[in-house]
Amino acid sequence: MDHLLNVTTGLSVVLIVIVLISVRRAHIRVEYSISWLIVASAMLVLSRARPLLDAVRRSVGLPDTPLTLFLLAGGVFLIMLFRFSVIISHLRDDNIAMAQRVAILEYHLRSIGNHEK
Amino acid sequence: MTAANPDSLMVIVPAFNEQGAVGEVVRSVHLHVPGVPVLVIDDCSTDDTILVARQAGAEVLALPHHLGLGGCVQAGYKLAYELGFQYVIRVDGDGQHDARDIPRIFEKLKSSGCEMVIGSRFVAESGSRTGFVRSLGIRFFRLVLRPILGKPVHDPTSGFVGVNRRALDVFSRSFPLEYPEIEALVVLQRRRFRFEEVPCTMHPRTTGHSSITALKSLYYIFHVLMGVFVNVLKFDRRALRAPHRRPPDSGAGG
Repeated sequence: MDHLLNVTTGLSVVLIVIVLISVRRAHIRVEYSISWLIVASAMLVLSRARPLLDAVRRSVGLPDTPLTLFLLAGGVFLIMLFRFSVIISHLRDDNIAMAQRVAILEYHLRSIGNHEK
Repeated sequence: MTAANPDSLMVIVPAFNEQGAVGEVVRSVHLHVPGVPVLVIDDCSTDDTILVARQAGAEVLALPHHLGLGGCVQAGYKLAYELGFQYVIRVDGDGQHDARDIPRIFEKLKSSGCEMVIGSRFVAESGSRTGFVRSLGIRFFRLVLRPILGKPVHDPTSGFVGVNRRALDVFSRSFPLEYPEIEALVVLQRRRFRFEEVPCTMHPRTTGHSSITALKSLYYIFHVLMGVFVNVLKFDRRALRAPHRRPPDSGAGG
């Protein structure tokens, strides 16, 4: 059981480091890194604070402490995935509208150019 | 290219890698509806679709990257609306639609006053036949759409459609981006717009290949069902919020 929690601690640290490196290299924007950092930090704290995790386990009514941690993490990751789906959908809509606008503007520019010839 | 008269018509041709067929489509439209501008909307083809379309005498709206059919068609609707056209008829760039049917769709649009006219393979008893799976899908969507639309639609997946300016106004602002034909019907119906069907001939594809596979067909059915469901929900929520507001059927005038 403790081994699983240690693995979780390790994974949390790795996740935090990867996110920080990605932000530094501008691979992800700061606003999208925050939710990852919060989740990774929460996993780190819960995996090292056994009494806190036990309290959560008892309140939820689960039999196993590591299972509680993984269920919590899984739930939060699902919410984050949903949030990113919303963001991607907005970006796609904006992207399509912009591509259409660019095409229409290019069409008008070409028409003006043809008139001037 | 501008709309000079109150019956101004534009034919739009969405095309993606259709260099083998689009030229003939454009020439055929020019032959059967002379004087009507043809706009080929190129969905970022990797072949010579743009060149062939221009050589055949079409105007070309070239999208900077691939948007899919809905985004491609909507770009054409947007441009037609901005240029002031009263009617737009969509003809697919693969050559399956027969340009001889365009005058019939146009006349129906003008005489009926309805917002959309669908060129249908199945209105006439002797209508075109289609593959077994596609035929099943069409029957399924007929059943689904019947209670939503309040009237039967024979060919809900037909891309051979004409719209007037009121529909153009709606579609230029809101148009389903993938597999748009069926959802577009629901979008119109939710605004109390009307549609009619006229019998049309459809030819087998002469060049290129259809992108629809068995797996994609399943995805198509699920996707379109979701789209229909969401559109119904959207309208019902709007109706609850503003029960006394008229639907935007007055549209934008010419």
